[in-house]
Amino acid sequence: MELVLAIGIGIMTGSGVWLLLRPRTYQVIVGLSLLSYAVNLFIFGVGGLKKNAPPILPYSGVANPATMTDPVPQALVLTAIVIGFATTALFLVVMLASRGLTGTDHVDGREKSR
Amino acid sequence: MSDNDLLPILLTIPFVASAVLAFVPVHARNLAAWLSGLSALAALGITAVLYGSVRGGNVVRNKIEWLPSLGLDFDLRLDGFAWIFAILITAIGFLVVLYARYYISKDDPMPRFFAYLLSFMGAMLGIVLSGNLILLAIFWELTSIVSFLLIGYWHQNAAARDGARMALTVTGIGGLCLLVGLLIVGHIVGSYDLDRVLAAGDQIKGHALYLPALILILMGALTKSAQFPFHFWLPNAMAAPTPVSAYLHSATMVKAGVFLLARLWPALSGTYEWFWLVGFAGVATLMLGAYFAIFQQDLKGLLAYSTISHLGLITTLLSLGSPIAAVAAIFHMVNHATFKASLFMAAGIIDHETGTRDMRKLGGLFRFLPITATLAMVASAAMAGVPLLNGFLSKEMFFAEAVETHADSILDRALPYIATLSGAFAVAYSLRFIHTVFFGPPPRDLPNPHPHEPPHWMRLPIELLVMVCMIVGIVPGLSIGPFLDTAVIAVLGTEPPEYSLALWHGFTTPLLMSIVALIGGTILYIMLKSYLATCEDGPPIFRHLQGQRIFERILVTVSWKWARWLEATAGTRRLQPQLRWLAGLGFVAAFLPLYMGGFHARQLSFTGPDMIFTMIWAIGSFAALGAAFQAKYHRLAALMMLGGAGLMTCLTFVWLSAPDLALTQLLVEVVTTVLILLGLRWLPKREERIDESVTFTARLRRLRDLGIAVACGVGMSVLAYAVMTLPVPDAIANYFLERAYSEGGGRNVVNVILVDFRGFDTLGEITVLAIVALTVFALLRRFRPAADSLGAPEQQRIQNAYDDARPERSEGDTVRDYLLVPSVIMQWLFPVIITFAAFLFIRGHDLPGGGFAAGIAMAIAFLLQYLAGGTRWAEDRLRILPLRWIGLGLLIATATGMGAWILGYPFLTTHSRYLEVPLIGKIPAASAMLFDLGVFALVVGATVLILIALAHQSIRVYRVKTPDMPAPQTLAEEKI
Repeated sequence: MELVLAIGIGIMTGSGVWLLLRPRTYQVIVGLSLLSYAVNLFIFGVGGLKKNAPPILPYSGVANPATMTDPVPQALVLTAIVIGFATTALFLVVMLASRGLTGTDHVDGREKSR
Repeated sequence: MSDNDLLPILLTIPFVASAVLAFVPVHARNLAAWLSGLSALAALGITAVLYGSVRGGNVVRNKIEWLPSLGLDFDLRLDGFAWIFAILITAIGFLVVLYARYYISKDDPMPRFFAYLLSFMGAMLGIVLSGNLILLAIFWELTSIVSFLLIGYWHQNAAARDGARMALTVTGIGGLCLLVGLLIVGHIVGSYDLDRVLAAGDQIKGHALYLPALILILMGALTKSAQFPFHFWLPNAMAAPTPVSAYLHSATMVKAGVFLLARLWPALSGTYEWFWLVGFAGVATLMLGAYFAIFQQDLKGLLAYSTISHLGLITTLLSLGSPIAAVAAIFHMVNHATFKASLFMAAGIIDHETGTRDMRKLGGLFRFLPITATLAMVASAAMAGVPLLNGFLSKEMFFAEAVETHADSILDRALPYIATLSGAFAVAYSLRFIHTVFFGPPPRDLPNPHPHEPPHWMRLPIELLVMVCMIVGIVPGLSIGPFLDTAVIAVLGTEPPEYSLALWHGFTTPLLMSIVALIGGTILYIMLKSYLATCEDGPPIFRHLQGQRIFERILVTVSWKWARWLEATAGTRRLQPQLRWLAGLGFVAAFLPLYMGGFHARQLSFTGPDMIFTMIWAIGSFAALGAAFQAKYHRLAALMMLGGAGLMTCLTFVWLSAPDLALTQLLVEVVTTVLILLGLRWLPKREERIDESVTFTARLRRLRDLGIAVACGVGMSVLAYAVMTLPVPDAIANYFLERAYSEGGGRNVVNVILVDFRGFDTLGEITVLAIVALTVFALLRRFRPAADSLGAPEQQRIQNAYDDARPERSEGDTVRDYLLVPSVIMQWLFPVIITFAAFLFIRGHDLPGGGFAAGIAMAIAFLLQYLAGGTRWAEDRLRILPLRWIGLGLLIATATGMGAWILGYPFLTTHSRYLEVPLIGKIPAASAMLFDLGVFALVVGATVLILIALAHQSIRVYRVKTPDMPAPQTLAEEKI
């Protein structure tokens, strides 16, 4: 399970970095989103992977912390997801405004002179 | 009140007065002058009172702990040496205030001048009173800064600005060096406490870091005291108003350097390095300053170079390392302050009365200003070292020390001759000052043709200072003797050596040297007289070699040429290289610790092949790669793939016990996708052409990027695997799991962490969200699409053409028709989704859900209405007002947090209980829930605002922009 997730994170990171280095703004925004999935999963994975052990305390009886996953990375990632949404929205709008202003969707605001 | 308590008061008075003065009206000249004068007088009085406590080697202390863990205390300490300086600072400060009252013209803001002057006084007192090295460095820098403000007081004058900047640059760099040097000393000794440092002299001198520390501290002291080769800033600082020159640049600030050398004398002096470094700087400055002074045409320039020379004399004395030399140095510091301050004031009066300071124009002023002239002559005689005046005594002591052998070397053997020669120079420039200005034919073409004596109060400070010169010069033992003794004990830490302050020691070598200097100087002046009357400013040959020029050249080279070169070679405005560096650096930063920590591949633990999970990630990887592959030409496809990767992430969260994350991820995924879909319309059409020629370099570039991407991906995999297979340390997880219910009152630990334990983080986060939403809104208000995106999209054009061609259809029917069934479903879903959002919200504290998820779900409910009926349809029926949601949400969240204050708890402390609600049953009702309500409202508002603002762009009427046409009113502005 760890191996599968690790490889998945790697593929997402690789795809994200590749897109990040592309010249078109849309590629960069997709790349950033992929990268944020990868990073969120990575942070989430730091707490260890456990199945069927959500950090929700039962209504009755005493909870045994050993049987639950670490809630801290989850809280961090939850925050990261929301902030990631905000950055994506902001970047998207900046991208559109830049395209309207410069007439090009190149990341530098102008086509590369050949 | 004990004497110890007086120290902070003494230090505070000038600063408080300065702060008050800053608020005095500009034209309240007398108020400002009275306030400053009385404050200076009060400080002087306190200092005088404290003499009883420092007599005989006693020390007054006052320590306030500041950052004790760093060894930094607000530690004030007054001993005899500091006391004599404190008297100089406060007494001359008071006289300067009195003088400046008449000097500063009506057109200049006087309160500001006095505010600067008094804060300088405070900073300077801080230097001498510091009992902690770091504190000393802080006040040291403060004097540099205030000096900058004072030199640049006439900021309309370019010379003042340049002089101020140069002084700040030079002394500021020196101050930084000093700080580092003092840190090293503190490191050697293990304490920044001045007493412990002074007691640890041998330890410091024997340490390997002694030389670097010494050089750095000397950098500070020599720049501040304008010693060679840093002397050039002082003449340029003469663009300051004359009271500033008298106070800072002759009496006090420039003495800070030699003060520090004397202060640290027991800790640093007596070594070979000390003798050479300090001695060379001192002797060079002594000679250069005196020689340059002769050839100055500006009155203040002459005094400035003379000051440099006298400071060089003091430095030379301190370099010798003998106790008697130290006595002479301290004595000369006091003497120089008195006669030079009075000379500056006299020069200021001459400037004030005649309108010029150029000695080629001045002459014969004795007949107009007899009293000022007499005073100036006495002070100049003191400067030249004429008997019966204080300057003579300390100069004699200097000559006596010069004759003695200290460290046998060329410098030491040459010292008697150098001393005599510099004495002769001093006589020559003093004589020149008197003779050119006050004697000879009456001046012609002066800017002010009728000079006359200034008001008596303006002259009084000079009279007092000259009187001190004479009293000390005639009866030294009775006047300055005891104070000097006290200061010497404080510096040396032992009983003072045998020295005599008597006027007459018999026919000794020093006396002979004095006579030679007097006669030689007079002859020198007579020889140079005719040349000096007309020559250019500055000494022959050397006038072309200006320190100022070199300084400016260096400044330009470093701050302009090098900076330009660096920007041209290492900088770029292009994003891609920057990101490439960032990715590369990120890789290295992650790789190095992994490599150095010795990553050992753990045994692959196949705990049963999890087929479904593997399948999920096969799809996820495929989607990620596909998105990367298609993002250039097939944006919609790439977006779908991106969504696919997001869904697989979401499933992973479900699989691995993170229901909250899965829920949030799913909802955010929906919103993000819609958002990007809305944006796609404004991007340029890009068609894949098979014949597009790809150059070789472009291929190479892609190959390199691919390499970086693969490296990052593999690295991330390895890192993730390493981290995930590590045994999870017993971290803070248990803390939260155990306390979530007992202290947070909730069973969903993640939610409790977010709204309770780490509530403050969440408050910050939703604030960010609100700011982003407002930024998006603001950016889109002024959105101008590119010209080729203005027309209707292709699909819309086809539909409209179809509608137009049929008479029974009106435009827009097609799109309504084919969305009919979904739109009805979507409209009916509206209440369902709202109920679902409420459900998510209420259960959030105990089960997966919460404010975030509920907020986004609610936003999706609104969004669906836009999708179903179109923007116009939705807004005719629904006014959402997202800005109010945002404001309300932030208000609720903050108010909940502050509510804890009313009950006497810290910000965001929660209280929880269960409430019995009819029909629904028992629900948790923590105050955190109210906080969550704020989160909910804000998330709804922010999400809806972003989406609506973007959606509105499609129905805005864009006109070709012409300058005289008002911006088109937009729906977005009307409705939101």
